[in-house]
Amino acid sequence: MIRQDFITLATDLSIEDLLLEYPIAADFLANLRLDSIPKQLSLSQALEEVDEGILQEFGLDRFGVLRSFCEFMETFTPAEVSPHAVSSLTIIGGLNKSGEPEKISLTIFCGEIISIVGPTGSGKSRLLNDIECLAQGDTPTGRRVLVNGAELDDLQRFEMDGKLVAQLSQNMNFVMDLTVREFLEMHAKSRLTINAEQVVEKCFLCANELAGEKFLPDTKITQLSGGQSRALMIADTAYMSNSPIVLIDEIENAGIDRRQAIELLAKREKIIFVSTHDPLLALSADKRMVIKNGGIIKVMDISDTEKQSLQAIEELDNTMQILRNRLRDGAQITLDLLKS
Amino acid sequence: MKLITVAGPPSSGKTSVILKLIECMGLPKGSVGVVKFDCLTSFDNLRYREADIPIQTGFSGKICPDHYFVSNIDDAVQWGMKSGFQMLITESAGLCNRCSPYINGIFSICVIDNLSGANTPRKIGPLLKLADVVVVTKGDIVSQAEREVFAFNIKQVNALAKVIFINGITGQGSFLLSKHLQQARDIHTLRDMKLRFTTPAAVCSYCTGETRIGDSHQMGMMKKMEFKEL
Repeated sequence: MIRQDFITLATDLSIEDLLLEYPIAADFLANLRLDSIPKQLSLSQALEEVDEGILQEFGLDRFGVLRSFCEFMETFTPAEVSPHAVSSLTIIGGLNKSGEPEKISLTIFCGEIISIVGPTGSGKSRLLNDIECLAQGDTPTGRRVLVNGAELDDLQRFEMDGKLVAQLSQNMNFVMDLTVREFLEMHAKSRLTINAEQVVEKCFLCANELAGEKFLPDTKITQLSGGQSRALMIADTAYMSNSPIVLIDEIENAGIDRRQAIELLAKREKIIFVSTHDPLLALSADKRMVIKNGGIIKVMDISDTEKQSLQAIEELDNTMQILRNRLRDGAQITLDLLKS
Repeated sequence: MKLITVAGPPSSGKTSVILKLIECMGLPKGSVGVVKFDCLTSFDNLRYREADIPIQTGFSGKICPDHYFVSNIDDAVQWGMKSGFQMLITESAGLCNRCSPYINGIFSICVIDNLSGANTPRKIGPLLKLADVVVVTKGDIVSQAEREVFAFNIKQVNALAKVIFINGITGQGSFLLSKHLQQARDIHTLRDMKLRFTTPAAVCSYCTGETRIGDSHQMGMMKKMEFKEL
């Protein structure tokens, strides 16, 4: 449907039928304080009965309302083919802080996990910035980021509208006063999710699987623990966000199975960047990017030796987990526990 | 000279966004000026001075901020021209959700913050509805889901706007905003150009200093609330 076609919804359909078919139209009416107009009429007929003064408060006349209605419906009708389909991302090196070239060209495919390591201030955020704005040699680093092997023009970059990259970091909190269920439903609605109920359920179960301590759908999101919040954010990003790229900035150790969390995102065919100094996470990735002095100095494959040590690291991690749980339960920590 | 108008609720991060934007554009020192329209006091001029950015501050005081804006904006443009700026950015605080200091044909940015409540975009009105770009700040401390819900609510009111998330502390996102500004056109004056939306109407006795309450003291343009019998 193109924008003009939506006008038929306003002229040929009663508002009642319109709301049945497009529930989101109720928001359009509420935004303009038109919720109580006669529903048996079509929108264009009903507008004839509305006081023009109210519309003027919104800077609109009757025609303007119909035009906004078409724009609104166009914006909130899910596109059949996602305009943001990303199957690969290519990073072509630019310059580091000293102006030396990064000799690098790396293509990353959906489902791949890349860890980013390097000291604080080494330029990790500059790299994440370049990815977020799809740099085309025009950022301070001079890097280029190609999508599906192609360069993008400015218009295409603008079209991404902030939907390309989903972010997840340690500093994030929930600020809405909603229960877990309400929160997920609200997000599903904004994503125009079709099987909202099922997706919400899936998301909830998955978040509980990731979280060390279980929570209920009626728990307020602001009352969740750090680990539970992170688990919910990850499950939500996996099942509801349609951003093809996920940037993760360090996930804390406590209260969440972080490896499982990242694998979950990869399974959802996303490209994942994890900025971390946690060996377990870094070695669970497919590749590791090392950053120094504002530049990527190398991209490492995870070697066989590293893969072997992963198991030992996992055991260490499990031991730490056992110790944490014992602390929580009020038990004592003994040397024997460390030996196992 | 290019003119950019930036507006948004108090403490939404307008000054930080403008500072990061100027830094990111990399224009020669002294070629970007700022005019700040505020109400009673302002401390933002210090932050601009610190960054070596020419700044003029005006206080609307007892006048409606939008009326104050429209009666001074062309003088601001003349000041900018005289100072030899390549770009002039105006910053004004929208205080009553009815403010809309935007001009047809002049690039306009609305700044709102992600902590202000999920439904806030739907309540802001012309300030948000008529902007070309909506910048969302403080998104780094809320969840991805809340950012997406917030962007959705912005689109509900301004379906055609571009939404850009900017971190006012690190400047992340300001690069994309600077790219958008390339569309801003050059002007010499605003004479005979038009506001995108009327300013709040008010010529009543209270505008002229009346403080007493009651019908007999109310004159001029009034809007009365309707109270239904229970």
